[in-house]
Amino acid sequence: MSTTAYEENPGRAGMRAASALVILLPPALLLFTLFVIWPIGEASWYSLFNWNGLGPVDRFIGLKNYKWAFESAVFQRAIFNNLLVIVVSLAIQLPLALGVALLVSGRAWGSVVFRMIFFLPYVLADIAAGLIWRFMFDGDYGLAAALTHALGMKPVYLLASDPWAFSAILAVVVWKYFGFHMMLYVAGLQGVDKSLLEAAEIDGANAWQKFRHVTLPMLAPMIRLSIFFAVVGSLQLFDFVAALTRGGPFDTTHTMVSFLYYFGVTRMRVGFGSAVGDVLFVVCVAFAWGYRRWVMRDD
Amino acid sequence: MTEAIRLAQTEEIGRPRLPVAAALRLAVLLVLATIVLYPLIATALDGFKSLGELHDNPLGLPHAWDWSNYWQILGGSRYWRVLGNSLVIALATVFLTLVVGAMAAFAFAHIKFFGDRYLYAYVQIGLLFPSTAAILPVFIKVRDLGLLDSYWGVILPQVAFALSMAVLLLRNAFKQIPSELFDAALIDGCGYFRFFRHVTLPLSGPILSTVAVIGFVNSWNGYLLPLVVLDSESRYPWTLGLMAYQGQYSTSWQLVLAFITLTILPAILMFLLAQRYIVAGLTAGAVKG
Repeated sequence: MSTTAYEENPGRAGMRAASALVILLPPALLLFTLFVIWPIGEASWYSLFNWNGLGPVDRFIGLKNYKWAFESAVFQRAIFNNLLVIVVSLAIQLPLALGVALLVSGRAWGSVVFRMIFFLPYVLADIAAGLIWRFMFDGDYGLAAALTHALGMKPVYLLASDPWAFSAILAVVVWKYFGFHMMLYVAGLQGVDKSLLEAAEIDGANAWQKFRHVTLPMLAPMIRLSIFFAVVGSLQLFDFVAALTRGGPFDTTHTMVSFLYYFGVTRMRVGFGSAVGDVLFVVCVAFAWGYRRWVMRDD
Repeated sequence: MTEAIRLAQTEEIGRPRLPVAAALRLAVLLVLATIVLYPLIATALDGFKSLGELHDNPLGLPHAWDWSNYWQILGGSRYWRVLGNSLVIALATVFLTLVVGAMAAFAFAHIKFFGDRYLYAYVQIGLLFPSTAAILPVFIKVRDLGLLDSYWGVILPQVAFALSMAVLLLRNAFKQIPSELFDAALIDGCGYFRFFRHVTLPLSGPILSTVAVIGFVNSWNGYLLPLVVLDSESRYPWTLGLMAYQGQYSTSWQLVLAFITLTILPAILMFLLAQRYIVAGLTAGAVKG
């Protein structure tokens, strides 16, 4: 650390450090407090009131907003949908990303190009990807229409039927995000010590044993990281819902954030929306804190 | 997956691969690449069709290349306005995040002061939850500050939520600069600001570009915050503009698809031109964070 300078001449150097701090820190602290910490604190406060955003905040109703949220069938479904996204991310997306990463991590023909292709959807905005797939799923014009037409079936409107509508959203999540996780695994695989694989092979290990006992353990920190991002990302899902279904049909495809938007923000139910935001906040913080403490503590 | 593992490992060890295995690998990758790229290609192609042709032939090449959808959009002001708005918002967000974040990170990396660790932990709280959780109170705050329906109402909260990650990445990088260098410079009468300006910043190009890439992509693709803050279509970034366009022309998919193609084109071109930096930025940010 850089303490020596003012240890030799504490008075003057200390003054210099203090005057530097007064300029360096306040902009960041001010912005961060004003737009991150203060609002999240206010959310807890507003959540105890029935408030439409105008006039004084004085209709105290205790925890009723939370009660209403948890009693709402739409919110229950939204939480279930968020869980589904997490399950699909962990059970389908991450294994797929890992399998693809194994195929494109080396120097075999086309690896670099395939990596770029699979990563490309991650760079696009969720809202644009969502609209593209809304077209693909359209029963009259898109891919869905072409398939039903070719098979001589009646048009199928995936996005208008439960449970297919949310399954369609899940498919788009995998389509857009598996490339990001693949890239994390490629980075991890390039750090795997090749001499260990060779040693295992000399000892007669087969491909599965080498994967299971050499590659996988060395990749573990990256897998833990990728699970973290998959879960945090799943909890924030909103744009796909806005672009693909707007929560329909019959409010079966909401996520916590889309519920917060369509039932809190658009109707200016600030207290109610803040309660929903608080639930999301607690879930995220509990997960992030617990995961870092118990799962990623060695990384 | 066992097959994939086996393939990958023969590859890693550099043993000559079996032609069958190589062909299988390629087949799997080509199928996946088709699934990934096909929707994007179809979107661009369908922008060349009429609605009637879209209905009869949604998947193939257009029979006649009809440029009118694209010219209609490129000739109007709407497309250029939404891209311009996004660019202004994203550039301002990146610039402020870099300046404000680097200043704070420099203080946390090089100056010891009372409570520095607590203050640093305070700034890191933002990594624990997404900005969406506080979107309603952020809206109220923006409104009370009189910033509703302005660029600043989008830029400042975006910067605030980008700061936690920016300060983390920059502080870790700044700490790599040898403290002997810093001490020597201070004893020679070089002030903190000159050191920051002439030593720290020039040595930190890669991490600054990482922070810039993350900030730019997040802002460029952002939807919920501008949706809540902005009211006038004249200030819409392209994500909001796209949804508004889709709402207005929802019965004319060919126009909407042409609009999507043109609005995602800048991101795709940027990605092709600077893929190395973008991939490194987005994944390194994740890994180091």
